[in-house]
Amino acid sequence: MSEYILTLCYLVASVTFILGLKMLANPASARKGNLIAAAGMALAIFGTIFLYQEEGFKLGNYAWIFGGLLIGTIAGAVSAKKVKMTAMPEMVSIFNGMGGACAALISAAEFYHIYEAHKATPEIAFADIVSVGTYITIAAGAIIGTISYIGSILAWGKLNGRVKDYSFKGQHIVNLVILALVIACAIWVYQSTIADIYIPFLLIGFFAFIYGVLFVMPIGGADMPVVISLLNSFTGVAAACGGFLYNNKAMLTGGILVGAAGTLLTILMCKAMNRSLLNVLIGSFGGGNKAAASVEVSAQGHYKEISLADAAMVMSYANKVMIVPGYGLAVAQAQHICHELEEILNDKGVEVNYAIHPVAGRMPGHMNVLLAEADVSYDKLMEMETANDVFKTTDVVLILGANDVVNPAAKNDPASPIYGMPILEVELSKTVIVNKRSMKPGYAGIENDLFFQPKTSMLFGDAKKVLQDLCAEVKAI
Amino acid sequence: MENILSWISLNQQVIYIVILMIFVGIEVIGRVPSVLHTPLMSGANAIHGVVVIGAIIVMGKAEPNDYLALAMGFLAVILGTLNVVGGFVVTDRMLEMFKKKK
Repeated sequence: MSEYILTLCYLVASVTFILGLKMLANPASARKGNLIAAAGMALAIFGTIFLYQEEGFKLGNYAWIFGGLLIGTIAGAVSAKKVKMTAMPEMVSIFNGMGGACAALISAAEFYHIYEAHKATPEIAFADIVSVGTYITIAAGAIIGTISYIGSILAWGKLNGRVKDYSFKGQHIVNLVILALVIACAIWVYQSTIADIYIPFLLIGFFAFIYGVLFVMPIGGADMPVVISLLNSFTGVAAACGGFLYNNKAMLTGGILVGAAGTLLTILMCKAMNRSLLNVLIGSFGGGNKAAASVEVSAQGHYKEISLADAAMVMSYANKVMIVPGYGLAVAQAQHICHELEEILNDKGVEVNYAIHPVAGRMPGHMNVLLAEADVSYDKLMEMETANDVFKTTDVVLILGANDVVNPAAKNDPASPIYGMPILEVELSKTVIVNKRSMKPGYAGIENDLFFQPKTSMLFGDAKKVLQDLCAEVKAI
Repeated sequence: MENILSWISLNQQVIYIVILMIFVGIEVIGRVPSVLHTPLMSGANAIHGVVVIGAIIVMGKAEPNDYLALAMGFLAVILGTLNVVGGFVVTDRMLEMFKKKK
């Protein structure tokens, strides 16, 4: 009886995962979708604890299970509650790494289980005990889980600046060799007798670990969102391996669902940046151009600065102002003061909107979350296509720490590395005010023509400080 | 060859699920506005925390005196739970901010 109920639990859980993911894709239902998926997860977890049976035996070690659940719940909830909104992407990466490590540990434990059960007959070939399909899922779970774990930890380190980019010549070849070694060890295990499987299995983990490190190390910090999304789908596949191993439909559906959706999301992110996934992974972006860019900087054209008072004046007497937030705003944590400026201008009868580039901030959609945190109303946030139509009738565009996403070179310079990337066409408006910390090029390491156009003026300084001063100036008018 | 074919027909249910789920996953996400990419990634991250079920099974099957198996299972349960709880709570915190203002 109880296993029928468990089957039902898993069925309900699988449906809630699909439903939850579907609702997450719509702003109005997103929060409910998340809660529905969470409820399904709780059902699956408690169903497993109390109803799972294998060959007629129920699970034991309840004290350990509940101890682990309790520790994980408290640590997870507290760290998720305490993290700052700007550090969200790092947090997601950490949680993803934990999932990967969990999948790898399951594979290791299952492998150990097989070893313990057959160690009395050490001369039997491993291949005679375990079918190819089962072994592949164990090995794949271990390999993918390990890569996902160490990759996510490094991605976390890169996002908060603790880990620097590192690459060496011929790294791609080394990576391929190590990947080949991982697979070779996996085959070696399968060819061994029970007595000899230990060392090659540990080597699988060791080489997978090295591969994960080398995989993430050369990729630039600003590309981490793509990498995290990719590792997210990796962990999904690793979870599905576990589902296959235990013939567990909830794990299988949940894992594959995330694997597929995560892969698509990764591709969508790459598309928004006009880069292929391969290009991101090889990490060659900007590599050759950086040297060229530094030469160009010395030969850059003339730009004009604008004083705070003038900027405040221009904005107060405009009809329509569009704010273009970028990475600089996120780093300076200036979202609250930005909203304040919007309200002050609103009181003066100025219409203020936000133009959000799909990859603004540290992650696609991250800027929306940051602005939403600062109480900016959802319908003031315009997506790129809408914003590009509105720029023509906009008087002032205020760019806060964005650079490459407004670079006209993406439209009219075929030699530019970002050529073809969809951008916010801010130059269609009457006036452009750019807030940056300095004239340094943005992430792509290329010069931005926009800054030298006659209608553009520069307002140097930290986004938060500048916005505070702007607010004061606008109020005084 | 026969090995592989028999494996496929033995596991056809699972293979069907995998293929259909790949399509469902792509279909469900296909029309997401870019504003929701980060919460969606975070939500998907929480869902693959379902791997904790495997950890619970490993833990529950371990012999009470086999400390290596117990330790591995225990660690796996903690990490998996972190993934699930942390993932859902972070996603909820992000989405809380999308509430319609009155």
